[in-house]
Amino acid sequence: MKKIVFAIAALALATTAAFADVIADRQAVMKENAKQVGTLVKMVKGEAPFDAAAVVAALTALNDNVQKIDVAASFPAGSDQGDTTASPKIWEDLAGFQAEVDKFKAATAAAVASPAADIDALKAQVGTIGQTCGTCHEAFRVKKG
Amino acid sequence: MAVFRKLAVAALALGGAGAAIFWWLTVPEKLGPEALAALGAGDTARGQRIFDAGGCASCHAKPKSEGDARLQLVGGVELKTPFGNFVAPNISSDPNDGIGGWSLEDFANAMLKGVSREGQHLYPAFPYASYARMKPADVADLYAFMKTIPAMQGRAPDHDLAFPFNIRRGLGLWKQLYLSNAPVVAFAEGTPEKVLHGQGLVEGAGHCGECHTPRSLAGGSEKGQWLAGAKAAEGDGVVPNITPEGKGINGWSEGDIAGYLETGFTPEFDSVGGTMVEVQKNMARLTAEDREAIAAYLKAIPPHPNGYPAQAPKPAG
Repeated sequence: MKKIVFAIAALALATTAAFADVIADRQAVMKENAKQVGTLVKMVKGEAPFDAAAVVAALTALNDNVQKIDVAASFPAGSDQGDTTASPKIWEDLAGFQAEVDKFKAATAAAVASPAADIDALKAQVGTIGQTCGTCHEAFRVKKG
Repeated sequence: MAVFRKLAVAALALGGAGAAIFWWLTVPEKLGPEALAALGAGDTARGQRIFDAGGCASCHAKPKSEGDARLQLVGGVELKTPFGNFVAPNISSDPNDGIGGWSLEDFANAMLKGVSREGQHLYPAFPYASYARMKPADVADLYAFMKTIPAMQGRAPDHDLAFPFNIRRGLGLWKQLYLSNAPVVAFAEGTPEKVLHGQGLVEGAGHCGECHTPRSLAGGSEKGQWLAGAKAAEGDGVVPNITPEGKGINGWSEGDIAGYLETGFTPEFDSVGGTMVEVQKNMARLTAEDREAIAAYLKAIPPHPNGYPAQAPKPAG
């Protein structure tokens, strides 16, 4: 009996450890997204002056980063275990999750194709991108304390 | 035998007294004439602001409603809790399926006393424990606005609750413990008007404490841990601690809080998530002054340690 328990515990530990890198990597991607979005939000809030070149640079970096998101590689089944806020709903509704990721990709691609040329356009653009962040985090992220 | 009979009589008498006390304690209590007189005429435009502050559409409109659909309050959203499943009802202006036939008095009794037009207790999944702290004039404003929204036909299914929670009368006891119109945080005299305005929004219409404050076993807010964060009512997640020292908004300035409520971005440019997404959309509809008042209040309240258990220790590796 003890052996079985030990084996299960070891297995659980091993799977968690196996996903630690995957989790760290996807968190790094999110941090990078936040950095680029931050450049834009600061302008929208009036904390930084509008700078068309910086907008293009941030949108381009964001889009490059977002297009690389690969659900199968970054969210393998079981990687809701460990130090992550990924919700188990991702794997209950993988198609829905993929659809949200695709929406995100489409939003950043559209923004890069016609980057905002003034502050009002930027407000709208950041609003659209921010909404895709929100709808995905609404359904597929869970805060665990 | 005689002894047995005496015992039986005593038991009956006791039981009868208990039942009588239960009956007396659980009478659905309505507003008195003074409170009703304080309601006033009501202003539609101001009522819309209360509607947004209260986030009525988040539970009473269909999920993910945008634009005009936000005002189609057909109900049907489920709240799955340990007490059972609550279903938000139709509160459109339809006289049969909604609340179009309700008088201002009926409406105020529901909002401030948790009593339906038929005189029954309402379940506090409808957060009247918070609304009880609203100003009567705000309730009248909201009533005026509710008159302007479209009538929608159709009824949502009934709540599906386990015994003993399915006995409405028992809510009278719950109200004895948890229903009060007194402010939660007692501020000293001379507290800035901005903070007090925020208090009204957070403790009243905004009903922030319903999710951000832990609940007792009986399902009432633990006011000693006000806004300290809590286990989510649904699912395995937690709702963050938003007291000044809480992990949720640790180090956020008033501007950061107001900015988050407006844009949905944290100071680290992470985005709003979970059920707060709907709330933030509603908060974005308020005035900048309202959002700044909420922020000022959150910085002024007493700090508490987290109101939810720490995450299970992480396995090594």
